[in-house]
Amino acid sequence: MPTGQVGVVSRLMGGRAFFRHLESLGIRPGKKVTKLSSVFKHGPVILEVDRARVAVGHGMARKIEVTLEDK
Amino acid sequence: MRILLMGNPNVGKSVVFSRLTGIRVVASNYPGTTVGFTKGSMILRGEEVEVVDVPGTYSLEPTNKAEEVAEQLLQSGDLVINVVNATNLERNLYLTLELIERDIPVIVELNMWDEARHKGIKIDVMKLEAALGVPVVPTVALSGEGIATLVNRLPEATSPTVPARTSDERWSEMGRIVADVQEVTHHHHTWLERLEDASLLPFPGLLLAAFILAVSFYIVRLIGEGLIGYIAEPFFYNIYAPLLMKLSSLLGSGGFWHNVLVGRLIDGQIDFGQSFGVLSSGFFVPLGAVLPYIVSFYLVLSFLEDLGYLPRLAVLLDNVMHRFGMHGFAIIPTFLGFGCNVPGILATRILESKRERFIAATLISIAVPCAALQAMIIGLVGDYGLHYVILIYGVLFSVWVVLGLLLNLTVRGFRPELLIEIPPYRIPQWRALLTKLWLRVSGFLREAVPIILIAALVISILDYIGVFDFIAGLASPVVTGLWGLPKEATAAIMVGFLRKDLAVGMLAPLNLSIGQLIVGCSVLAMFFPCIASFLILARELGLRDLLKAIGVMLSVAILVGWLLNMAL
Repeated sequence: MPTGQVGVVSRLMGGRAFFRHLESLGIRPGKKVTKLSSVFKHGPVILEVDRARVAVGHGMARKIEVTLEDK
Repeated sequence: MRILLMGNPNVGKSVVFSRLTGIRVVASNYPGTTVGFTKGSMILRGEEVEVVDVPGTYSLEPTNKAEEVAEQLLQSGDLVINVVNATNLERNLYLTLELIERDIPVIVELNMWDEARHKGIKIDVMKLEAALGVPVVPTVALSGEGIATLVNRLPEATSPTVPARTSDERWSEMGRIVADVQEVTHHHHTWLERLEDASLLPFPGLLLAAFILAVSFYIVRLIGEGLIGYIAEPFFYNIYAPLLMKLSSLLGSGGFWHNVLVGRLIDGQIDFGQSFGVLSSGFFVPLGAVLPYIVSFYLVLSFLEDLGYLPRLAVLLDNVMHRFGMHGFAIIPTFLGFGCNVPGILATRILESKRERFIAATLISIAVPCAALQAMIIGLVGDYGLHYVILIYGVLFSVWVVLGLLLNLTVRGFRPELLIEIPPYRIPQWRALLTKLWLRVSGFLREAVPIILIAALVISILDYIGVFDFIAGLASPVVTGLWGLPKEATAAIMVGFLRKDLAVGMLAPLNLSIGQLIVGCSVLAMFFPCIASFLILARELGLRDLLKAIGVMLSVAILVGWLLNMAL
């Protein structure tokens, strides 16, 4: 997912705890997220969800599957 | 009756708590400021009720230790004030729905109402009330707006009967409610918002971070030195010293009581750095040398906290921190540790795994010098040149790095990743800032000063009856043999178990060479936590990990002290 892109979360690939954790921050299937930036290659990714900014560790971010939206 | 303040992290529960109870508590602009819980009381309809500031939680299924506390507290409450961030209903309402399903009366407080308005968010409060079935009151806790209404409507709090839902059902219910009550209009980006995003990018974020840290350090020193040079020293030397000299001659310039109260006279005069009586150095060390730096450090830290900068630092440094076995958020407890190790170690509770908490707490207690210790090191070693002070910081930083790498490789356990909400920048308000500063400074005066005075008393008595000489004999293989310090330094190292600032002060009269001073200060910083940090470490880590941490501390201090002694 390139920086600046908007997408809709389609799947969270992880266990229950992982799912709940992301869900509690508003990242769950069906939610629209914008990738604002990322820190270096393997650093955290900054997502915008419902006007709030959330930093997600790289490994976690890789497990968030999104469907890209056309600009 | 017990009222619980509950809500997501960083929605302003602590500010609301202060408003309701008049008790001032530390509030900052990042998630996880409150890790334990604070109790207070307020008068409601002529009756005293208990109010509890519960740590922030996103849901009632806990993901860290602070959230577990929230879940446990819920069992014991009679009424919940659910504090909701009005700028982010979409997420905040999840907890609200969960709370309403429980069998406890709930009232919703829509906080940060002003910020929502600025961001072009309109919420229909009446509709929201109808949808939730509980009272909803908009407030701006920082200014106090709406708090009176909230209190008046507390008796209206209800627990509507709703069937327990699955989380999917809750999310779709939320979607329905939000679509119905909220209207968002577009608004222009402010310069503060542009800065918000810029400070998260590696460039210019890292440059900005270096700049902010350098400026912070400079300001801390500037204010600290200013307070010492213009207020503390003139007071102690021009006003207090002559009074103490009168007492000295009254006591006949010698004897047991003179030794205890005034201490040794240097060339017939009181020297606050060297006399070591309870009334001379016992007062000067905490009030004349340390207090100015406590004030300046917490002023700068509080500013950065309220601005909302620290979570951004956590994001930028996440990559680096992973090599030390923690994720980026551990930088916040570390930062707090530079003020005092105790709140630093407490703040490690926001880290998810036991492994991370152990590593973070151990590193803080070994390689992060508190403001009091730093003030004394700067005062004592700074006279020989600032580069020696920098050398000590360099030594401690290297220890932090090497030890962090080693602990990362050796400590087993779960390695969680960074996942935090990043708050918007908020321009700190002077009143809130000064209140927080006063809270922390008075904490220092209340907790640290008595310990220092008692320590000074014990030292002068033990010194008088010669106990130190006995122990110095036992410890000399390490103190003299490995560290190259005179055996009189043993007393200082023992005092380090109580207070490290006083301990560094005790090195002053020993006429140490600059090399010995560097060894002494570094060893004192690493060797053993002061009594207050020790108790907190014991509580947070449990006995087994405490023993491990202490083992690490002792070996690191002995080894590094020896290496430094060889090198210098």
